[in-house]
Amino acid sequence: MSELSELYQETILEHNKNPRNFREIEDADRSADGNNPLCGDALRVYVDLEGDVVKDVAFKGSGCAISKASASMMTQTVKGKTKEEAEKLFEEFHSMVTGGLDVETEENDLGRLKIFAGVIEFPARVKCASLSWHTLNAALHGEEVVSTE
Amino acid sequence: MKAVMSGWDVEKIRQDFPVLSQTVNGKPLVYLDNAASSQVPQSVIDRTSKYLAEEHSNIHRGVHYLSQHATTAYEAAREKVKRFINAPDVDCCIFVRGTTEGINLVAHAYGKGFINEGDEILVSEMEHHSNIIPWQVVAEERGAKLRVIPMNRKGELIVEEYDKLLSERTKIVAMAHVSNALGTVNPVKEMIASAHKLGVPVCLDAAQSVPHFPVDVQDIDADFFVFSGHKMFGPTGSGIVYGKREWLDKMPPYQTGGSQIRTVSFEKTTYAPLPAKYEAGTPAIAAGIGLGAAIDYINSIDFEAAARHEHELLEYATERLSDIPGVTIVGTAAEKASVLSLTIEGIHPHDIGTILDQDGIAVRAGHHCAQPVMKFFEVPATARASFAFYNTREEVDKLADSVQKVIEIFA
Repeated sequence: MSELSELYQETILEHNKNPRNFREIEDADRSADGNNPLCGDALRVYVDLEGDVVKDVAFKGSGCAISKASASMMTQTVKGKTKEEAEKLFEEFHSMVTGGLDVETEENDLGRLKIFAGVIEFPARVKCASLSWHTLNAALHGEEVVSTE
Repeated sequence: MKAVMSGWDVEKIRQDFPVLSQTVNGKPLVYLDNAASSQVPQSVIDRTSKYLAEEHSNIHRGVHYLSQHATTAYEAAREKVKRFINAPDVDCCIFVRGTTEGINLVAHAYGKGFINEGDEILVSEMEHHSNIIPWQVVAEERGAKLRVIPMNRKGELIVEEYDKLLSERTKIVAMAHVSNALGTVNPVKEMIASAHKLGVPVCLDAAQSVPHFPVDVQDIDADFFVFSGHKMFGPTGSGIVYGKREWLDKMPPYQTGGSQIRTVSFEKTTYAPLPAKYEAGTPAIAAGIGLGAAIDYINSIDFEAAARHEHELLEYATERLSDIPGVTIVGTAAEKASVLSLTIEGIHPHDIGTILDQDGIAVRAGHHCAQPVMKFFEVPATARASFAFYNTREEVDKLADSVQKVIEIFA
């Protein structure tokens, strides 16, 4: 049960209920679709760039609480960051949920995104947490579709 | 209350299935994912082990003792399959690795033999992907058209619409005997009779029917009847295509190679008679013998009482879960078997599945390889509990309590 409350923390449940930046960006500079064909999660991430800076970022789609909360907090975090900073966060986040980065002992810039570290105890849910990040990364690299199967 | 219902001693039956006695996440396992794969009784494990330990050899090849022994055991399993579904002829029971391979066999071989440009193939709206895609591929290859038998909001096929779709252009009908996503039991006997009036054969995906009630393929008059061993208490890698001889004899082979030939030269090959014609290569021998042992197991229990027990579980679960505010049951057909798909308002099925798992409860969360069904009911996915005769009323109570907990966590 403690692992469960670690996964479904208050913040995650709240973002699931009221996802931030849950909207389309019309004529976005970049967008990409993320799918998890195994479970049917699907979302689209929109990015507006100003030079190298993420001026606006938003998402739409359907998914579980973990994928929705992760997407919501991702948009809050990367807004105003440079492309390079966003990519570094993607690497760190990915590393954290796949066990490559111990957020408590190793240096990182994940801040409050660290609450997703609990997902590592639920291997079937790792892709839920990382789907939006993969999709953002694809959008930043000009790819249009990403799949996390 | 003690769980003896309908003259069914579930506690005694559970002792036959070693996997059921374990704990998961510190809780006794509640296995409600039987529609994905059922558990295996000790007798099947023992039979398969005995084969591997004492009898293994390639079949239909050697003159030596072991090969003949293995061949006899494998063919004995085929004979058990014949009696299990009351097939008229043992040679019309083809071993395959599972329902997916079986439907591919029927679709490709029948398609090559009998489907041409402008023809139509009927599939139903509630099909598993494995009974859609092979037909879609064949339709494309042969220039034929795939047409869909619609269903109503309860998840029942609309038989009047089906009757209208049947025409002289229809070359085959492919549909589920029981829906894996909704639990609907389709009126196959009646639908097959309508198709036969126009000389159209019907291929039934029986993966979800044979584990739950006795089926007589001659009584329903199915032309093709395909199922998996691993959903009926046998091993994975076993499955059956039953087909009427009139079709199997005329269709070309599906896979070709060893075992399925009569003569081979570089100019021409002639094929072996049934069933070898459709069984190229060394089969999953241990799995086939295990399927035979699973049939022995089913024959050793009162299968009709098992079906009644499952039905009572389904009714009880439907009642308990319908009573929980926010829960919607997806699939409310009048005739159902052993599947309870549900959604909870505002909560994604994956989250339901994860929380239930923490209570030791195994359900399937997802689209159940039936995306058109999800689209029809306008849900991304459902959480599905599916029952077998070894499940108990107490397990249904645990499911209901855990679903209640999910709602509290997300409140």
